[in-house]
Amino acid sequence: MLRKGFAVAALGLAVLAAPLAGTAVAATTQAEPTEQAWSFDGPFGKFDKEQLQRGYKVYREVCSACHSMNLMYFRNLGQKGGPFYDPKYPNPNDNPVVKSLAHDIQVKDVDTDTGDVVSRPATPADKFPAPFANEYAARASNGGALPPDLSDMAKAREGGPNYIYSLLSGFKQPPAGLKLDPGKYYNPWFPGDLTGSWHGAKDKVPEGGAIGMPPPLTDGKVTFDDGHPSKIKDEARDVAAFLTWAAEPKMEERKSFGVGALIYLLIFSILLWFSYKKIWKNVAH
Amino acid sequence: MVDTVAGAGPDPHVSGDDPNRRDFIHIAAGVAALGVVGGLAWPFIDQMNPAGDTLALASIEFDLSKVVQGQQVVVKWRGKPLFVRYRTPAEIAAAIKDDHADLRDPQTDEARHKPGKAQYLVLIGVCTHLGCVPTFGGGDYGGWLCPCHGSVYDTSGRIRRGPAPKNLEVPDYSFLSDTKIKVG
Amino acid sequence: MSGHSTYEPKTGFERWLDSRLPILRFAQDTMVSFPTPKNLNYWWTFGGILAMMLGIQIVTGIILAMHYVPHVDYAFNSVERIMRDVNYGWLVRYTHANGASMFFLAVYVHMFRNLYYGSYKAPREVLWILGCIIYILMMGTAFFGYVLPWGQMSFHGAVVITNLIGAIPLVGPSITTWLWGGFAVDDPTLNRFFSLHYLLPFVIAGVVGLHIWALHVPGNNNPTGVEVKSKEDTVPFHPYYTVKDGFAISVFLILYASFVFFMPNVLGDAINYVQANPLQTPLHIVPEWYLLPFYAILRAVPNKLMGVVAMGGALITLFVLPWLDTSKVKSMRYRPTARLYFFIFILACLVLGVCGAHAPDDLVIPGFSGLQFLDANINSYVWLSRIGALYYFAYFYVITPLLGLTETPLPVPDSISTPVLSHPASAPTGAAASPEKRG
Repeated sequence: MLRKGFAVAALGLAVLAAPLAGTAVAATTQAEPTEQAWSFDGPFGKFDKEQLQRGYKVYREVCSACHSMNLMYFRNLGQKGGPFYDPKYPNPNDNPVVKSLAHDIQVKDVDTDTGDVVSRPATPADKFPAPFANEYAARASNGGALPPDLSDMAKAREGGPNYIYSLLSGFKQPPAGLKLDPGKYYNPWFPGDLTGSWHGAKDKVPEGGAIGMPPPLTDGKVTFDDGHPSKIKDEARDVAAFLTWAAEPKMEERKSFGVGALIYLLIFSILLWFSYKKIWKNVAH
Repeated sequence: MVDTVAGAGPDPHVSGDDPNRRDFIHIAAGVAALGVVGGLAWPFIDQMNPAGDTLALASIEFDLSKVVQGQQVVVKWRGKPLFVRYRTPAEIAAAIKDDHADLRDPQTDEARHKPGKAQYLVLIGVCTHLGCVPTFGGGDYGGWLCPCHGSVYDTSGRIRRGPAPKNLEVPDYSFLSDTKIKVG
Repeated sequence: MSGHSTYEPKTGFERWLDSRLPILRFAQDTMVSFPTPKNLNYWWTFGGILAMMLGIQIVTGIILAMHYVPHVDYAFNSVERIMRDVNYGWLVRYTHANGASMFFLAVYVHMFRNLYYGSYKAPREVLWILGCIIYILMMGTAFFGYVLPWGQMSFHGAVVITNLIGAIPLVGPSITTWLWGGFAVDDPTLNRFFSLHYLLPFVIAGVVGLHIWALHVPGNNNPTGVEVKSKEDTVPFHPYYTVKDGFAISVFLILYASFVFFMPNVLGDAINYVQANPLQTPLHIVPEWYLLPFYAILRAVPNKLMGVVAMGGALITLFVLPWLDTSKVKSMRYRPTARLYFFIFILACLVLGVCGAHAPDDLVIPGFSGLQFLDANINSYVWLSRIGALYYFAYFYVITPLLGLTETPLPVPDSISTPVLSHPASAPTGAAASPEKRG
């Protein structure tokens, strides 16, 4: 009885509290993100390199027009576990694919001779340039809404890649009775409280919120180099995978380290168990 | 009350079992415990090595056309000054003349620049004595003079007088084009 | 640290050192030959686990401090740099962040074990009080540490908690401003919190030293709650409990590693991966799970000052517990009635934790609209947390004192060895009431 009581208490403290912490949000609603099967799920999950490459293309051609990724450098694309990693180039700064991807993008720099601000092609050591100079410029160009930085997006929202996928592929025509301000779009997966814009039955307020981002993806908007289909759902899935990698580029390293660590600890525990049994053998207790 | 019981208890070593196996299990457990500590030690040591962003800046490209003949440009590379000197023919001649003089760290001028590019000398601007930055054009040899302890370098960056033991170091670099070098 | 030392210097150097700094004698007496009750079960291994957790947190914390920048403009990015660029930085940071949760998990098990077996009672009151001090220092350290990544929850959590102090009449607002070093949580606040977060673990380590000292004077309590009577009752700490604690630590590490490597962010809040923005509060402010019960008690009281008093009182109560308990019997193994109230107490703490995680007005039973009672819906978490908080205080101030006077405990064995030696054959006296196996 005692044992059970303590076990329940310990387990409850460890496991219960976490998911509960995120469940309750007063009056704010959103649809539960659609579960997708990801190659990086589970303790042995790995990123699908081609998917990351496609996802980068979606980010580069669509998202980067409004969203910054301030924590990302071009060199990250070629580092171990990255979308363009090539074992021939252990130093991602030498990777020609990464160099050419960086070279396609102009970044601001200071001319060391004149002190003027100039544009030059990026190098692998450069950060992804932000689309707007500052928050005010970003808000001014987006109807007052601030497009969030995407570097950590997959970790910064409950549901992670499932949330990103659901949101991007889940824009819907507002139901009759929902009157949104111009420049706002209905999305059931975006957290929000639509009570104020709802003119239908009081207990039937639609789930979700009004988002300032117009539906960014359309079928065939991005042409993938590997010939992969590019329906909205494909584009959304690929960019969600890319953002998951970007939020934690060391995930593969973490998981493989972890598998080794757990196996080791298991063996260690077994050894200690036998050692313990031996030592206590002659003690009545 | 515990005073009387110190060190009490049955002896764990009294056992009818094969002693070898008993020893093995304790030793194995002990070794495994050391393994846990050792396995964590490496990450905890390696974290102090240069991080990814530091390494990314470890190689730089430099446009030689920015240097005027007879002058040097100092750029920062891996946190240290890098001297890029455009030598005059007289300076080159002076350096070659001393190739077989009594040098502390014997090296020919030829070995200190890229073939066919004798006019460009690329050196790490750190005195090999204790790490100060030598001043351009100082000293008796028209090369560099270290202000800290008076080491004198010639126009090839070789140590000629003073306490420094070695010539100014030539970094790994290569010509990307006629006027562009990549250092590191 | 007490009793006669069994240390005998073997070499000339040991004799030389022993007459100057008897450190080897000290080590031998406290960690090798220390007589320990032979019937300690696995709940007693959490002391060793906690010592290990403190060590891990200090080592990983010092490493993180090598890379962390305590400035509002750089703090968030420096943590991300640790995650992305520093070699094994992800490992160190996840070990540290999840380490806090594991530390608290272990300390709660340690404390509940203490309550169940009555370890706080004479002659171990000082040991218990030192433990309570460690616990409060841990809460402070955890709070300061949580602010450092400078995410949204870091910032707004700091705002909410520091504003609690503003509830103190007259001087509260001045103290808050003093604590902030400004008119809001800002750069000066972050800097001093970093300094304190670095300092407190070493204070904890010092109090842990006292805690162990206070343990070694009366010696360990044990599952029977009967004090050690003879050398038959004990075994030397080494190798018996070094190997048992070692085994428990290894199993605990498996749980810990599972979090670090496979669900490192499960115990955290996603919104903390968004950089702090003083102009926008997250929709739902919650502390880390280990502080939720106290957060629930705070919110159960509708008055700001009284809420703070209740939360502080919940902690202060722990200090006076040894004098609230009137029972002469230590272990609840022989107190079936007390055991029942104890398990309800654990349940109350869990319920308070759940309440702390929910918005006060959320419905406990979805779909059941309930009815208004005084200031809130009877089906809301407000009322549930009030019931939980009421039980929390009643357990200490009503149930514990009264039970000791009214209950009839089961027969208690004469010594540790009595039930032990007859185990598992037909047990006399009180052993029948302890179906659980030990060790």
